[in-house]
Amino acid sequence: MKLRNFLTSALMATALATTVQAQPVYVAATAIVEHPALDAVRDGVREVLEEQGYTDQTLKFTFESAQGNPAIAAQIARKLAGDTPDVIVAISTPSAQSAVSATKDVPIVFSAVTDPLDAKLISNYDKPGRNVTGLSDMSPVKQHLELIQEFLPDLKAVGVPYNPGEPNAVAIVKLLKAEAKKKGIKIVEAPSPKSSDVMIASQKLIGQVDAIYCPTDNTILTALESVIKTGIDGQLPVFAAETNAVERGAVASLGFNYGDIGRQTGEVVVRILKGEKAGDIPVRVAQGSELYVNPKMARRMGIEIPAAVLARATKVVE
Amino acid sequence: MSLFSFLGTLEIGFIFGLVAIGVYLTFRVLDFPDLTVDGSFTMGAAIAAALIISGVNPYLATICAAIGGAAAGLVTAWLNLRFNILHLLASILTMTALYTINLRIMGKPNLALIMEPTVLSPFAALGIPDMYLKLMFIAVVVILTGLAVAYFLNTQYGMGMRATGANPRMAQANGIVIKEKIYAGLALSNGLVALAGALFAQTNGFADSTMGIGTIVVGLAAVIVGESLSGSRSMLVIIFSCIIGSLLYRLAVSAALNADFMGFTTSDLNLITAVLVGLALIVPQLRREQRARKAAAGGTL
Repeated sequence: MKLRNFLTSALMATALATTVQAQPVYVAATAIVEHPALDAVRDGVREVLEEQGYTDQTLKFTFESAQGNPAIAAQIARKLAGDTPDVIVAISTPSAQSAVSATKDVPIVFSAVTDPLDAKLISNYDKPGRNVTGLSDMSPVKQHLELIQEFLPDLKAVGVPYNPGEPNAVAIVKLLKAEAKKKGIKIVEAPSPKSSDVMIASQKLIGQVDAIYCPTDNTILTALESVIKTGIDGQLPVFAAETNAVERGAVASLGFNYGDIGRQTGEVVVRILKGEKAGDIPVRVAQGSELYVNPKMARRMGIEIPAAVLARATKVVE
Repeated sequence: MSLFSFLGTLEIGFIFGLVAIGVYLTFRVLDFPDLTVDGSFTMGAAIAAALIISGVNPYLATICAAIGGAAAGLVTAWLNLRFNILHLLASILTMTALYTINLRIMGKPNLALIMEPTVLSPFAALGIPDMYLKLMFIAVVVILTGLAVAYFLNTQYGMGMRATGANPRMAQANGIVIKEKIYAGLALSNGLVALAGALFAQTNGFADSTMGIGTIVVGLAAVIVGESLSGSRSMLVIIFSCIIGSLLYRLAVSAALNADFMGFTTSDLNLITAVLVGLALIVPQLRREQRARKAAAGGTL
């Protein structure tokens, strides 16, 4: 009898839960590597899904990391294509490319891809067609340069540590150079293929530049502390394209954090779960207007936060 | 495991079977530990992708990729033979240089082939679903290549190569020019690995500067798994054990991807690989020791 009671209540609970969604939905996320920014995207997607009423009973959410290995990314993509989830969330360029070449049927939402056109994921932003849509995390580099200029009105040269093997970073540096040229600012590249190269690459910038700018580059963000230390040693303020970096010691950052990108990606996922076709949803560029500043680190790097910037800041890290 | 996932696993396993054959040629046949493959795999993908995007026929591009890989192998051999740089170190130098060269070949870190013609395009008209077509094509290419390599190793020239690795002094005393054999072996090995890279890029839609990372370990794992399965000394059997070893390795990876399987997840893969290769290396050694102990005991009795 007890069992029957239990079963009835369990059934009722399921029935209540399924009023949100008739059938449990399956969202499969994958990323090339486990990394704070990419993990934040994944968690952001999940948050939005939960807020929209997809709970543990009505949602199956899985995550696979390819351990930085494109061959495993390909295997994961094949597996997901065979599992036919309701939506594949492919985080990072190689994971997205693997997914797109593995299936033409399962809806794919890519995220944290800087240049989806160049990666051939889509042929246009407005109506991507096929089974693919997503979110680009191209940095607003023009605003970033303007922010640095607010701190340093006679800015002449900016040093940029980045990994020349990372597509996103290369795309950003290209864009940054174009913008800097218009403003008469010189960009000094500090290529660091591995996180262990970041220290030496950034130290070389001392004496050559007025400030350091860290793009959204996984290698650099992994070794951000090396850049911060160089900033303190060489009295070079370090700016970053990602707001989380400010909590780790960068002077200021304007833009989005990857949690926001994840949330915006999650919104797209929800639209597909509600019946929209992926190919009909325009690809957006991640938005966010958060300004983070870190006055203590600024002082240690020999600079003060301008009053105007401080007044605008959405978060002051103590 | 779904059918789709199973076929995809086999396809990637076959591609890495070429890597396993390449690694077998250097590590086992020539006794020349060669890490160049981490760079030549990417190089194959890079050359094929760059040429295809600039409008070259995919088959010609794939052949150029294999030639590029062979050239990389020659550089390693040259550093070792001409300047007496330790083989391992010579291959690390070439591999490091290749990272930059591959970026130059591609012009950027990632080239997409998703919408470009590939070696599979001529068969598209047959109407076979993509997942079967890819696997069939790759399997045929890899099996034919395996047959060709096994045949080669049984020719007079191939025997000379095997003698070079087994006992260089004896080989030299018998009139074998060992330097020439090492050049040829490294070129062949890296050519095969680059061919694998070129095929991988075309069946998976992209070439990426990071795609070669860990190639050597995967190749070695396949060779060792294959070897421990077959005790044969026939070249044909050994070469096909390499391919089967690669298929088994990929199936193991695929099992780890099904997160419920024994509680493994993808983040455990590297440890599983290391344990697998370690065990395969340790077990034969323990067996040998046991046999030696038995023989010794038998002697005293």
